[in-house]
Amino acid sequence: MIEQYIPLILAILIALLFSLFLLKASSWFGPQRPNPEKLSTYESGMEPVRTARERFSVKFYIVAIMFIIFDIEVVFLYPWAVNLKNLIDLMGFFIIAEMFIFIIILLAGYLYLLKKGALKWD
Amino acid sequence: MEQQTFLNILPILIVSTTTIATIFVEAFYKRSDNLIYWLSIVSLILTLIYSILTINVQNLNFSNTLHSGGITNLFYFVLSLTSLLVIISARDYLLRAKYHHGEFYILIFSSLLGMMLMASSRDLILTFLGLELMSLSFYVLAGYNRKVLFNNEASLKYFLLGAFASGFLLYGIALIYGSAQTTNILLIVNEFNNLLLKPLFVLGLVLLLIGFSFKVASVPFHMWVPDVYEGSPTVVSALMSTAGKTAAFAALIISFYGSTTSQVNFEIVAKIISYLAIASMLIGSITAIAQTNLKRMLAYSSIAHAGYMLIGIASANKLGMSGVIFYLIVYSFMNVASFILISLMENDFEKRISLNDFIGLANTHPWYAAIMALMMFALSGLPPFGGFFGKYYVFLAAIKADLTYLAVIGVISSVISAYFYLRVVVYMYFRTNEERKDIFHTSADNFVLVLCTLFVLQLGITPNLVLDLITRFLP
Repeated sequence: MIEQYIPLILAILIALLFSLFLLKASSWFGPQRPNPEKLSTYESGMEPVRTARERFSVKFYIVAIMFIIFDIEVVFLYPWAVNLKNLIDLMGFFIIAEMFIFIIILLAGYLYLLKKGALKWD
Repeated sequence: MEQQTFLNILPILIVSTTTIATIFVEAFYKRSDNLIYWLSIVSLILTLIYSILTINVQNLNFSNTLHSGGITNLFYFVLSLTSLLVIISARDYLLRAKYHHGEFYILIFSSLLGMMLMASSRDLILTFLGLELMSLSFYVLAGYNRKVLFNNEASLKYFLLGAFASGFLLYGIALIYGSAQTTNILLIVNEFNNLLLKPLFVLGLVLLLIGFSFKVASVPFHMWVPDVYEGSPTVVSALMSTAGKTAAFAALIISFYGSTTSQVNFEIVAKIISYLAIASMLIGSITAIAQTNLKRMLAYSSIAHAGYMLIGIASANKLGMSGVIFYLIVYSFMNVASFILISLMENDFEKRISLNDFIGLANTHPWYAAIMALMMFALSGLPPFGGFFGKYYVFLAAIKADLTYLAVIGVISSVISAYFYLRVVVYMYFRTNEERKDIFHTSADNFVLVLCTLFVLQLGITPNLVLDLITRFLP
């Protein structure tokens, strides 16, 4: 059983070692003549002013949460819509009502966010 | 889909409809907090009435995943009653702290929905869903006031550790599914003896147990309890320590209730649970002695109580299971009353109530001191209060299951715990202080406290009424 996998394990090991070697090789063989200009962050020619680790406004996260609502809605709506014809034969009106209940639940969250001013940027 | 199915799960439907409806109300009405408060109370009373009326109709719904009637309705009743008591007294607490918003009730309702799902599910996936719904709401509730540092700390600690524990639980469920090819608890219990031969299943079972132990707050997965109970708003701690524990134990009982039949080889799991019980009882009650903060003390006492309840599960007989449920019911009332009494002494979220705040309470507020003393006696397990019979039944079950050492350690730890419970009584009655402490009571709080006291007394004087009900419905 385990014998079949030995070539695979070998291949993985060789790939790992070879890529590690290549990573290190450039610093071993390459010429190293650093100067301050070279060591600074590359910002498409712009002067780097301060650190990139900054605090974001919480509004970005709220937009991300809002996206999730629609994302989940689509994830479930799509397979539902594709199979709708078969499902109606199987379960009748119930399957349509159920999806609307699902949308109402998501709508509650969306309207709550909207009314609480999640999209009011000033 | 038949109509009967939806009638069976009506308590869950009422609670979920209220959750969604209150979100709409909160979104569209400017001053919605009072409206939502009354809506929640009405819907909780409806849930209580309906779950009692249909307690005799037992059914399995949605292809054996959702149980209704019987023991499930009893859990519904206890969970919604605890939430009702907490909601009634929380309003004045939040008004006092000037942080009364409708979202508080919405979050309590979504956590209640999760807890009810946990109590009724017969499928591990559904149990996990309910547990996550409950936990996520609790994470937010623990940090209810984001301007208070303690709330934030409690919320973050609870979230990080809780998410970790959920990971354990989910991995356990995955391994159980991998070895049993089903997530249905009833099917797994039928095949339990054969499945125990598979190491993968045992590993999954242990991981599942770790996840549940975290939620019921048993040692060694108890680290979050003191910090979270201390840091959260007191009314939220009241709900977390009672309803949260009840729901987690309900899920534990459901997962292991097949073990009450003699064919099931339960010994290995019972051994693990009994170690957890011993550690929880001893560490919980010994550490509580060192606490001067009342909420921390109650948190450690909650760990010790989780230990006593685990004895009932480890004994794996019918008396043990019904004893645990009885214990949970009594414990809910005792702990809700104690936490609410503490909340009555706070006028904002930042106040920390220590033992010294109770000095001389008997002189200034004799009635509140009497209720607090009664709750402390009940928590330490003195007759004739309900707490005594909770312990009595689980110890009796342990002796019947040949686990006498568990009962002995339980009694020893009860004696240890009497020290810190009775210390509160000593501070209230036998020490005097010039400084007069205020109690911010309203008639709603008084109503809740009197109701809890009556329940604790009733469960202590006529425990048979409730125990017979539980035993009748336990399969």
